[in-house]
Amino acid sequence: MNLLTDTGVIFGRALRATLRSRTQLAFAMLQPVLFLALFGPLLTELDLGAGGSSWQVLVPGVLVQLTLLGGSFVGIGLLMDRNTGVLDRIRATPVSPLAPLLGRTLRDVVQLLAQSVVLVLLGLALGLRAPLGGVLLGLLLVGLLAAALSALSHGLAMRVRTVPEFAAVANTAAMPLMLLSGLLLPMTLAPGWLDGASRAVPLRYTVDAVREAFLGHYANGTVAAGVAVTVALAGLGLFAGALAFRRQPA
Amino acid sequence: MSTTVIRIRGLTRTFRLSTGPVHAVRGIDLTARRGEILGFLGPNGAGKTTTLRMLTTLLPPSGGEAEIAGHDLVRDPAGVRRRIGYVAQSGGLDLTCTGREELVTQGRLHRLDRATARDRAEELAGDLGLTDLLDRPAGTLSGGQRRRLEIALGLVNHPEVLFLDEPTTGLDPGSRAELWQLVGDVRDRHGTTVFLTTHYLDEADALADRVVVVDAGTVVAEGTPTELKRRHAGDPTASLQDAFLAITGRGAPEAPLAV
Repeated sequence: MNLLTDTGVIFGRALRATLRSRTQLAFAMLQPVLFLALFGPLLTELDLGAGGSSWQVLVPGVLVQLTLLGGSFVGIGLLMDRNTGVLDRIRATPVSPLAPLLGRTLRDVVQLLAQSVVLVLLGLALGLRAPLGGVLLGLLLVGLLAAALSALSHGLAMRVRTVPEFAAVANTAAMPLMLLSGLLLPMTLAPGWLDGASRAVPLRYTVDAVREAFLGHYANGTVAAGVAVTVALAGLGLFAGALAFRRQPA
Repeated sequence: MSTTVIRIRGLTRTFRLSTGPVHAVRGIDLTARRGEILGFLGPNGAGKTTTLRMLTTLLPPSGGEAEIAGHDLVRDPAGVRRRIGYVAQSGGLDLTCTGREELVTQGRLHRLDRATARDRAEELAGDLGLTDLLDRPAGTLSGGQRRRLEIALGLVNHPEVLFLDEPTTGLDPGSRAELWQLVGDVRDRHGTTVFLTTHYLDEADALADRVVVVDAGTVVAEGTPTELKRRHAGDPTASLQDAFLAITGRGAPEAPLAV
């Protein structure tokens, strides 16, 4: 019970911090918005080999891209709180040890989902047509992925000391994940070896499932695999994050 | 009823680094009574902050035991956290956040309900002269005002023991004197035990009832400032710096300010 209340208190604190930095929120949106507005129109005449319109392929990719890039770097805020003593101040109270992780992760999920909704609306304006149920299922997957990446990012922030160190690790991890998961263009266009390599990247299954959902396909193997992989990823991410919070950095 | 609120026996902490073990704290023994202001003095690297982080439950000890405000540090860290306040050297303020918001959040983390946390924030602001500053982002406050707010955060739960890590580092002489006054007031009014680390010998002299000098992770001297001066500098009117020099065999890491 205390864990829930404490998580709520930390969530509120983090959410208010986010709402204070509106410019930062806007800039986080800028890249995916530009992808939709300036890259999207290039695809409308192309056959992406996935059925449906190109928007049903691109919008899910951009949603996962936003989550990947946004989620990977949320740890920087925690790192700042560590370096300014805010986290120590909070951890020297009776707060449940996991609440600082869970409260922040919850804030990140809410923030990324809100940004995702804006992107879907923008996609609608540009020409996306997708069933509501599919969009909701897609957002659910995006939310789970956000939880996984945010928890991992916070875990990383507990294990490094400086922002440059953090950025080096996060960048190195995010870049190949982005290219190998077929975020921008589906792996159906890839040569066999690249398609094969991308099957080792969990994100691939998430993005494929979101695309299927946007096409209105719910009961097939791709969706099932995507849901299973994303749920497992969220569990794993939260577990790893919790471990990093539990073990005291030297 | 015992009036001892801090009892530490053989506390140690070893960091295992790739370059080998570092014995930051080699064995600290000390006690503090209720309402005592204890100055924890030592050169850079003596283990002051590591000790403080252990006593505030932020770092598990490698060995030894400690009881703080009636709770065992290792077996009941949550009990310790309920009864202490901690103000880190780096302060722990989010500069974009207002004092009121931070105080209310801190109260909530101490499991006060919303209304009680709000009242407590007002009450502390009144006590510490922060009432007019409560709705300003911490980043717009002066150094001295920020320190007062940080101390207010440490007092939200009416702690039995307040831990202050180098509370006046970076403050101007006027703000330092103000802060000494404030810490003395907190003790006088609430009987709070104050455990403070400092570099500044004049601070220990002005504020502490008793001084514990640590060097290389162990206690090397202990007593009232006057006792230390008499014992180690041979003269109760000597400066604490002379005593410190005699005890640690080197200069104070930072010369005391000529105020």
